[in-house]
Amino acid sequence: MTIATASRHWPAQGLARVPYWVYSDEDLYAQEQARIFRGRTWNFLCLEAELPGPNTYCRSSLGEMPIVVARDNAGAVHAFENRCAHRGSLLCLKERGAAKEIVCVYHNWTYDLAGNLTGVAFRRGLGGKGGMPKDAKPEEHGPRKLRVETLAGLVFGTFSADTPSLADYLGPEIAARIRRVMRAPVKLLGGYSQVLPSNWKLYMENVKDSYHASLLHAFFTTFRLHRLSQKGGVIISDAGGNHTTYSMAADVAGKEYEQAGMRSAQDDFRLEAPELLTTVDEYGDGVGIQILGVFPSFVLQQIRNSLAVRRVVPQGLERTELVWTAFGFTTDDEALTELRLRQANLIGPAGYVSMEDGAATGFVQRSARAAGDELSVVEMGGHGTSSEDNRVTEAAVRGFWKDYRGHMGL
Amino acid sequence: MDVALHFKVQDLNARYVHAIDEDQLEQWPDFFAEDGRYRITTAENVERGLPLSLMYATSRAMMRDRVNSLRNANVYESQRYRHAVGTPLIEPDQDGIVRAVTNFLVARIMHTGETMLFATGRYEDRIALAGDARPHFVEKTVILDSRQIDTLLAIPL
Repeated sequence: MTIATASRHWPAQGLARVPYWVYSDEDLYAQEQARIFRGRTWNFLCLEAELPGPNTYCRSSLGEMPIVVARDNAGAVHAFENRCAHRGSLLCLKERGAAKEIVCVYHNWTYDLAGNLTGVAFRRGLGGKGGMPKDAKPEEHGPRKLRVETLAGLVFGTFSADTPSLADYLGPEIAARIRRVMRAPVKLLGGYSQVLPSNWKLYMENVKDSYHASLLHAFFTTFRLHRLSQKGGVIISDAGGNHTTYSMAADVAGKEYEQAGMRSAQDDFRLEAPELLTTVDEYGDGVGIQILGVFPSFVLQQIRNSLAVRRVVPQGLERTELVWTAFGFTTDDEALTELRLRQANLIGPAGYVSMEDGAATGFVQRSARAAGDELSVVEMGGHGTSSEDNRVTEAAVRGFWKDYRGHMGL
Repeated sequence: MDVALHFKVQDLNARYVHAIDEDQLEQWPDFFAEDGRYRITTAENVERGLPLSLMYATSRAMMRDRVNSLRNANVYESQRYRHAVGTPLIEPDQDGIVRAVTNFLVARIMHTGETMLFATGRYEDRIALAGDARPHFVEKTVILDSRQIDTLLAIPL
């Protein structure tokens, strides 16, 4: 335990309580960058489809650290810090592109697509004057490299040599649920990002909170896209931080929400254009919704035929950028692409079933500032972090905190 | 320059943004053809040739669903927009349709009083002006300059 966290102690009640200072402590935020994002975790960097051929690159991040992800001439994927060995300027300024080498704009130092320094302008000076000493070794200050692994079209990176393999980190059940969604080569449909006025952990908790979805998002409940009475469950990895929630599309026609007078059940709300929700069971397993989270910053979403990856980028204690990339598959026909584009009305900052998440996490953040040592209650489904065959539980939220505390020594 | 044509397009734009800014969202679908198309996307998606939208409707009925959901289902803090629209660039298309490109700035005013520059971009419109019908949009594509949306995008732009 370090000095900064020594003054912080997790409440004795364990995982069923979360102190509000976790969202409002600057020191803790700084330590998360080192211990979590640059620590023993796998972070989603991009889709392989975002590196469409040899000699292509895109920008990403590892927490707040800017990252370049690149595919070299031989097709291998690399990731390294977006920082020049010389004076630390960003190397890649464009979001994505094609290049055989990367040239720092500041002083023209050049790099290959694995992040190796390959050239220093005027290294030997001019006419025997200037330049670097013969024994200078600028290569030793090169951008730090990440370990990279890919799984089913997803590129993950880790900064630590001690992180277990991606397969071990995810666990077999979560890896299988990723492979389920990524059933064919990816075709990008597009993206956007949402700036959330909250700490990054509030968003990851929200993703893992299978209890809130049908209560906050009235659209889900009203159109029977997602009700807690529908068959489903939550799968949680041993470490706690990776999870999948899923629910079957089949409607059970229950009236539990209506009878309880819940705001989220609007009996008189009908769609004039129900084609918005036209769905094909492309996986053939009847699962209508599967939301999957990988600690600390990755979300993979299947909401009917709307597929997307979401990358959580902390940008300060109370600001988080959520980068959405929607996709289909190269095997999709025009009709399926159109379904996905239409169902994209459900997701993102304007999404019928997701716009509320941006607001709700902000509501918690605003009260957390003043709540300090008060505790929030995470007791639905008890105190454990095991997989369950229902979703009236906060087990995956507790799982997040179990993993978090392990990394942070809290 | 066809001054009358310009006036018609500018009048349509003025009435369109007025309806949104004055919270007359129920009128919003009526600015479109019955099978009119409305979508919001980003300049980045357009430049990359990617078809994803933030909002996407292919009929007035889908737009009415959006308004109905905003009024009755979705949860968001009370907020209003204030649009400022530029002078449209106009090119005649065919069959009484004109193409218009109009810049916009939108400020968002929260119930708390917090006001921010929420969105900038351009409307790329196809507008029906011929015949007896009131001028209306056959297609309206809202292209945002930035890919970033603050918190959420509830009200159409």
